[in-house]
Amino acid sequence: MLILTALAFLFPLLTNDYIVGLATLCAIASIGAIGLNILTGFTGQISIGVGAFLGVGGYTSAIITSTLGLSFWFAIPIAGIVTAAVGALFGIPSLRLKGLYLAIATLAAQFIILFVITRWTSLTGGTSGMVLQRPSIGGFSFMSADSYYYICLAVLLFTIIYTLNLFRSRIGRAFLAVRDRDVAAQIMGINLFTYKVLSFAISSFFVGVAGALLAHYTMIVSPELYSITVSIQYLAMILVGGLGSILGSILGAIFIVLLPVILGYGVDFASIFLPDMHHMLAAFQEVAFGAIIIFFLIFEPGGLAHIWNNIKNYFKLWPFSY
Amino acid sequence: MAILEVNDLSLKFGGVKALDQVSYHVEKGEIFSLIGPNGAGKTSMLNCISGLYTPSSGSIKFKGKEILGMKPYNRTSLGISRAFQNIALFAHMSVLDNLKLGRHVRMKSGMFKGGMYWGGAEKEEVSHRRSVEQVIEFLEMQDIRHTPVGTLPYGLQKRVEVGRALALEPELILLDEPMAGMNSAEKEDMARFILDMHELNGITVFLIEHDMGVIMDLSDHIAVLDFGKRIGFGTPEEIQKNPEVIRAYLGEQEVTT
Repeated sequence: MLILTALAFLFPLLTNDYIVGLATLCAIASIGAIGLNILTGFTGQISIGVGAFLGVGGYTSAIITSTLGLSFWFAIPIAGIVTAAVGALFGIPSLRLKGLYLAIATLAAQFIILFVITRWTSLTGGTSGMVLQRPSIGGFSFMSADSYYYICLAVLLFTIIYTLNLFRSRIGRAFLAVRDRDVAAQIMGINLFTYKVLSFAISSFFVGVAGALLAHYTMIVSPELYSITVSIQYLAMILVGGLGSILGSILGAIFIVLLPVILGYGVDFASIFLPDMHHMLAAFQEVAFGAIIIFFLIFEPGGLAHIWNNIKNYFKLWPFSY
Repeated sequence: MAILEVNDLSLKFGGVKALDQVSYHVEKGEIFSLIGPNGAGKTSMLNCISGLYTPSSGSIKFKGKEILGMKPYNRTSLGISRAFQNIALFAHMSVLDNLKLGRHVRMKSGMFKGGMYWGGAEKEEVSHRRSVEQVIEFLEMQDIRHTPVGTLPYGLQKRVEVGRALALEPELILLDEPMAGMNSAEKEDMARFILDMHELNGITVFLIEHDMGVIMDLSDHIAVLDFGKRIGFGTPEEIQKNPEVIRAYLGEQEVTT
């Protein structure tokens, strides 16, 4: 793990800005995916509103930095807290609704939030969106790809450490109990409502922080960046990566962020041989995306985290198979 | 002094009376058993006590205090814990984590302390681990403390279920058929555990069980339910002589000539 962390810190020195940019996106997506996994993977409450929650984070940060002119370092935690409050609000139905019904309720959250963002023109700039700046500290601006990557990586590390700790202490255990058996959890003295809303809040906090980081990375926020497609992508991350696994969230986030890029290279490569087919192959990307998710659901429900564990166990026991 | 008083408790599901004006009381520090044929309403009674069902009328007092209006999770903090009949453990978690969950209301660290871990939360985890280890030792589960509960055999799962209820350090423990489906050796172990928790830790035990031998040996008092009605209440000797109980269990006696 230490080696991986060191690698994550050192590799920008060796590669170009494009790769570092992708890595930044991976880090931001990982923060969001861990956030979503706290809610869906660990507490068992499904949410299809992630896209909109990212938007809440992004817009909060945009309003704080661009409209109010306050500092980025202040805006990031506030973006998290505002998103946590919004998340907790939309988490209230979770006491009565389960599974598919809760999914539809959070889907409603997605549309309500986007509607508000689009129509509250005076605050959000409506459909034209808002422009943000990269942060700076003293005279130093985090304009370059490398420097912003380090900010995201630091936040990601904090997220990982917080989440790991959470799930070896009282609150995290209670979340797992709510997921596994809610009746028994109640008898253990766990107030289901409090813990479900708390899970929504903590989860949304990280999603909001990810949204704010993303907004400062792309330097623009507009409603179409936070559509339902984004929500589905985040759900895909934790499904492919592994529900209820922090490592899985990260692997899944990297996988889903890089998949279109790799597929893009694949298409470019294939079109050398089939130049006429280029348009068709571009459409094929989407098909491949869907197919890979279905593939994971059927063949490896434990996700990438499970595959990783299998590989680790294989080498632990190697050369003897048991 | 009665630790638990149940007065005129009725529970209706639509037109069905699951419990019909049931009254009894449990003395502090005794082993109390609730028996009755299948479907008599025993588990429904436990669900009323732990707060999963809301009775239509009557009262339940714990240490002289009415608990009927309280939420299930608040009743737990009073010191009432419960082991379920159908194992309701958290299958993916280790035995240790299951027991720690049993102590949930005894612990305090919140989302900030927990997320920081080092410092407050760690100290708390360690001190509670000590209490949990006592339960593990008591129930002789040392060798399985890190095993995920889902992979354990049935008899051990039942034991963990009881352990989770004990981890709370309850004043009153509700055991719903802790010996169901066990072989006689496992039953003997469980009977020993029940006697020990009662004698060594002074826990009041509320037991539901079908094995009459065990019930008659262990209990100080017994209440008998049949079709939601209380048909007997007293010491094991009184229950054994009670004609209504005999009728419910053995059927009407045929007169043979």
